Amino acid sequence: MNSDISSAATVDALHHEEHSSTGIENKKLMMWLFLASDCMFFGTLITTHLIYRKLYPSGAAEEGILNIKNTFNIELTSFSTFILLMSSFLMALAVSAMHKGQLQSFRKNVLGVIFFGLIFLGCQVYEFTEFSMGNPTAGIPPLTLSNSIFGSTFYLMTGTHGTHVAIGVLWLVAMFFYSFSGRMNIHSAIDVEVAGLYWHFVDIVWIVIFTAVYLIEYI
Amino acid sequence: MAVSTHAPVADKRLLPPSKSLIGLIRPDTSTGLVDWLTTVDHKKIGIMYGGFALFFFLLGGIEALLIRLQLMYPGGTVVSAQTYNQLFTMHGTTMVFLAVMPLNAAFFNFVMPLQIGARDVAFPRLNALGLWAFVAGALILNLSWLFQWAQVFGWFTPVSGQMDIVPAIGWFGYAPITGKNYSGIGTDFWIFGLQVLGVASLVGSFNFITTIINMRAPGMTMMRLPLFTWMTLITSFLIIFAFPAITIALVELMFDRFFGTNFYHVEMGGQPILWQHLFWIFGHPEVYILILPTMGIVSEILPTFARKPLFGYPMVVFSGAVIGFLGFAVWSHHMFTTGLGVVATAAFSLLTMAIAVPTGVKILNWIGTLWGGHIRFSVPMVFALGFIWMFMMGGFSGIMHSAAPADAQQQDSYFVVAHFHYVLIGGALLAILGGLYFWVPKIFGRMMSEKVGYIAASAIIIGFNVAFFPMHYLGLTGMPRRTHTYLAGFGWETWNFVATIGAFVLGIGVLMVIIDLIRTVASGKPCGSDPWDARTLEWSLPSPVPAYNFAHNPVIPGRDAWWLHKYGKKPEQEIEYEKTGPEGIHMPSQSWWPLVSSVGLLVVGVAMALHSAGVPYCGYVAIGGLGLSVVSFFLWALEGPGGYHLTPPDDGDEPQKVLASYTPEPSQKLELTH
Repeated sequence: MNSDISSAATVDALHHEEHSSTGIENKKLMMWLFLASDCMFFGTLITTHLIYRKLYPSGAAEEGILNIKNTFNIELTSFSTFILLMSSFLMALAVSAMHKGQLQSFRKNVLGVIFFGLIFLGCQVYEFTEFSMGNPTAGIPPLTLSNSIFGSTFYLMTGTHGTHVAIGVLWLVAMFFYSFSGRMNIHSAIDVEVAGLYWHFVDIVWIVIFTAVYLIEYI
Repeated sequence: MAVSTHAPVADKRLLPPSKSLIGLIRPDTSTGLVDWLTTVDHKKIGIMYGGFALFFFLLGGIEALLIRLQLMYPGGTVVSAQTYNQLFTMHGTTMVFLAVMPLNAAFFNFVMPLQIGARDVAFPRLNALGLWAFVAGALILNLSWLFQWAQVFGWFTPVSGQMDIVPAIGWFGYAPITGKNYSGIGTDFWIFGLQVLGVASLVGSFNFITTIINMRAPGMTMMRLPLFTWMTLITSFLIIFAFPAITIALVELMFDRFFGTNFYHVEMGGQPILWQHLFWIFGHPEVYILILPTMGIVSEILPTFARKPLFGYPMVVFSGAVIGFLGFAVWSHHMFTTGLGVVATAAFSLLTMAIAVPTGVKILNWIGTLWGGHIRFSVPMVFALGFIWMFMMGGFSGIMHSAAPADAQQQDSYFVVAHFHYVLIGGALLAILGGLYFWVPKIFGRMMSEKVGYIAASAIIIGFNVAFFPMHYLGLTGMPRRTHTYLAGFGWETWNFVATIGAFVLGIGVLMVIIDLIRTVASGKPCGSDPWDARTLEWSLPSPVPAYNFAHNPVIPGRDAWWLHKYGKKPEQEIEYEKTGPEGIHMPSQSWWPLVSSVGLLVVGVAMALHSAGVPYCGYVAIGGLGLSVVSFFLWALEGPGGYHLTPPDDGDEPQKVLASYTPEPSQKLELTH
């Protein structure tokens, strides 16, 4: 029984023997297809938001329920946007490290991405809490899921994005721990790259949301 | 049933059945129930897709016959108005999502990898998830009938009272009738059923596109792909771009019903028209998702039985792509009467008429294929010819709808019912049955009865026309859709009676096909590997196809490769084979996780609907179901692709033209290891 020597190395060698017609790995192609589809998911959500935004200038069917500009905390959101952008930079470093087979460097960078992703999620949780409670003393009315059409579209869209970030964080955490199993080698670079594609995409979507949902209120 | 097994030739010494990181051992049987539940073989998955889809197709057919019985006479009392609403809702939803789509998916799964010379799809376990998620979604939808019966017997009382437990909102589920105040938990079953079915379609499509683009045999260029594979590719692209729209629409509806958002709440400023737009942005591509694969099937059958290459192959491919592309630009023609404005109405009208052009090109090419061919009227050919004729008639009434003023008159009348049944039964179903007769000899290695086939095809085509042609007349004389009965004296009695008779003839024809299919699988006459003298690569394999598909990878000499191989005059037109190396063929390992994660999705769907009905603790059960799915996805990832190697038997089953001097090029990835 030569199962010991034929374990990880042979499995990988045999798997990578299969080459694709286009030269693009199957996993990467599949991720691109998923992201193309995901564009339509976010496209539908953002369109819904913008249509209702144009239909109701105050954000609700009734005037005076909301004060969106005062509810928003653009400084905080700008900060978390910056953090998310920087996490993409670290993700690129992690992918590059894995391509070179530098496991230590991969772990450090991926921990950075996880940390930044968690900061972003923390900011979003804080933001949602603040928005939904409002500030009666400062005269800022609450913005909830059900008190206005703006609340519905805003929370569903940013919540869907937050869920994407959370899934990405879970994915990277799993990868971080998996890197200690001894099964991760230079062939795993494709897996990290695919996770990286996902992460960058979620980042780009946030730039669109930040512009079309937050910044647009200040025009 | 002589389904291929891999055990006798498996040489698993290279790769022992893999244990996952946490020590779970993967299932490794090649027979019995466990094999079917955990299989990752695209052929077995295709067979199961077909089996489940035929079951739901019969269910949808029974619902249709109940509808026709109710409408047979004016003032019918076969079912109540409420049941009638449930019947037409479930009939439409079932036929679209649980019958025609999965029947197409069955052919995608079984035929497409064989046609491109691949040993499996790109992601075998994901393929299994597509199957089991489809079954889960279908169960969520149809379990609603059981809960309704439980309510009749007094075992189950939803807090929403007497409102529908079975979906009764139409397959289109227009807002605001789907709101919490207007419909019962049937709507929740419908929302979750469709969401889970969406997961199934999406993962299936990602997989098929990756497979077609990346796993073609050497020499199989894109413009050599068989037409059915081309249509699989285009349909899969339509699915990945169209399904997100309805998924988000359903999520918004779910939030409206469960968490108090206002997307479709008119009193809070929600706009029901938003639902119509989102639904039809999905819904119109969806009709091409149903019809394009069947056009692919017909494009395989006609050249085979006319013994001529497909006329104008590039034009047929290109028209398919144009139809798919334009399919995204015409959704508002379902909404001409909503007051879109002159410019939008004119634009959508124009684009809708434009779709007739590529469709007409295809029909011309099919007729061109027949022209001058040595035509054999085998059963698949009868269905394919029926398809061309009936689909054209559906297309003609379709062009009538594209003129907005005419459409305003036809909207919501039986004329529309006649139109889409002509394209979906006369089109999609006839081609699917043709495909069934065409490929069953390949799938099971047995021939279906020709005699039964001719009788059934006649019954189906005649019964279908008797049932649906009068509906044109009924619609133009004003009979509205979706009403559970009508009064005598409008002149609708005769044609409704005739339509019901036709529907039963159609039903008998379909039943004959299914009974003969079961008989064939059990004890049909064995046939050779190429009973139709066909053209594409799947017919070069033994029937039934072995688990590894190709013992040696084929090198494709041209379009219609198998035909060239058989009848080509030049030696370079023969298929050559790359000899499989001493390491054997890599086969994927089986897995439980696609099934288990789908069970999780099933639990989520049913528990959420019951949560809406006020059954205690169901929210926690739903969270548990979601947790089960997430945990299975993790275990799925941890077990890795796995796999074992087997050496194919050299028993002369297949053409043994092995390319002896062939040495595989070392791939870049292997060099990276040094």
